[in-house]
Amino acid sequence: MFSFQVGSLLNIVLILGVVLTLAALLIWMERRLLGFFNDRVGPNRVGPFGILQSVADVVKLITKEDWIPPFADKLTFVVAPMIIPIVMLLSFAMIPFAPGVGIIDMNIGLLFVMAMAGLASYSAMLGGIASNNKFALLGGLRAAGQMISYEVFMGVSILGVVILSDSFSLRGIVEAQEDGWYVIPQFIGFIVFMVAALAESHRWPFDLPEGEAEIISGFNTEYSGMKFGLFFVGEYIGMLLMACLIPVLFFGGWHAPFGLEFGNEIISGVFWMGAKTMTFVCFFILVRAALARPRYDQLMSYGWLVMLPLSLLNLLITGAIVLIQGS
Amino acid sequence: MLKIFLHQLNIIWSQIVSLWLVFLHLFHKSDTVEYPEVKPHMFPRWRGRIILTRDPDGEERCVACNLCAVACPVDCIALQKTEDEDGRWYPEFFRINFSRCIMCGFCEEACPTHAIQLTPDFEMAEYVRQDMVWEKEHMLIDGTGKYHDYNFYKVAGKAIGGKGKGEALDELPPTDRRSLMP
Repeated sequence: MFSFQVGSLLNIVLILGVVLTLAALLIWMERRLLGFFNDRVGPNRVGPFGILQSVADVVKLITKEDWIPPFADKLTFVVAPMIIPIVMLLSFAMIPFAPGVGIIDMNIGLLFVMAMAGLASYSAMLGGIASNNKFALLGGLRAAGQMISYEVFMGVSILGVVILSDSFSLRGIVEAQEDGWYVIPQFIGFIVFMVAALAESHRWPFDLPEGEAEIISGFNTEYSGMKFGLFFVGEYIGMLLMACLIPVLFFGGWHAPFGLEFGNEIISGVFWMGAKTMTFVCFFILVRAALARPRYDQLMSYGWLVMLPLSLLNLLITGAIVLIQGS
Repeated sequence: MLKIFLHQLNIIWSQIVSLWLVFLHLFHKSDTVEYPEVKPHMFPRWRGRIILTRDPDGEERCVACNLCAVACPVDCIALQKTEDEDGRWYPEFFRINFSRCIMCGFCEEACPTHAIQLTPDFEMAEYVRQDMVWEKEHMLIDGTGKYHDYNFYKVAGKAIGGKGKGEALDELPPTDRRSLMP
């Protein structure tokens, strides 16, 4: 029970604690890194290097007035912000961090993660509709449209990985990458998945549901206090989830690059998995700092006219090659 | 078709370039001045907190002419004129409400005696609003401020104790009107 086995209590407590702590730290890290990218210093006042900034933020959010607009649909308004952190944390149950570190190994783990990521869009949609505010409604509409169109080729883009590894289980996919990472045979799939992952987690430059320059704050316009905080934390857990999924699917998960393994396989695995995840988190933040938000019609036409054909082509070629090799 | 394709490729390339250029900013020096630890350099003509100065002899420069109070666009200056036994004018009270003051410097421009001056001190926050109302004893400094040699009563024609008519600098003695016969 207290050993490193998949599904042991120790694993569950550690993963939950580390994920929640990291999600809080990410808020600080993102603001700090954005500061450096903008030639500023970012928050550096609370605690050493400002690392307790998230604590200060949480204290502020909790002590703020928790206001429900009188014109809002009360039940939906309260439920909507809870959905996104819950489904994102549920998805983390599927991620294999190292041999023997993980919460559950489902043979349909990848499908489960996709389903949960799809459910996360309900948070933005319901929040937008329940607010009964035209900007929130526009944000919710955008979230729904973006989710539907980007979910499609996100699913298609990882089918190449599934074909190569012959498995829907995330642990199976990582184990199949022992001889070589899938980023090389599945480079197009990786690029498409990367774009879709940014869009799925409402990250910049695909933050059109929020779009503070156009529609105030989108679906969370009417939210304040800890309800807004839940949207915020959910978004960061989602970003962490996507940054975990990319190494698992394309960069060999816990496998060390160039044979740089050390210690026992759990320590080495957790280290390399964490290093890869953090690299992608930093990349997401760099993308936020560098790229401009597209127009909504550009977003849609890129999704359907470029990304979907690209991912279908990738799937077709991968399937053909695997079939030829197999025969 | 090829043209559209190349155009799209160009767009993607420009995105990659901007990613790289922003990444390079990670190694640039930050532009931020971390204020409470690092004080900014304030220029001597900065319009900050208002002071009242003294002339080189150590007497108050202010002659309570009320020009500053008239010039003040937000009416934050209040003063009352009185006279000492020598005939020098000076303010009985001189009050500036810094919660109204907009640091425009019109009072300094209006002042005929260089008494009221603005300084580079900008750290004027208070916890109690009433503490932002400053009286003469708070604002009056011992020095001459920006103008070290100017002494109004030494150049003005007004007679005060110890200096009669015509004894000021560059001043001719008073004309004897009765000697101006044609």
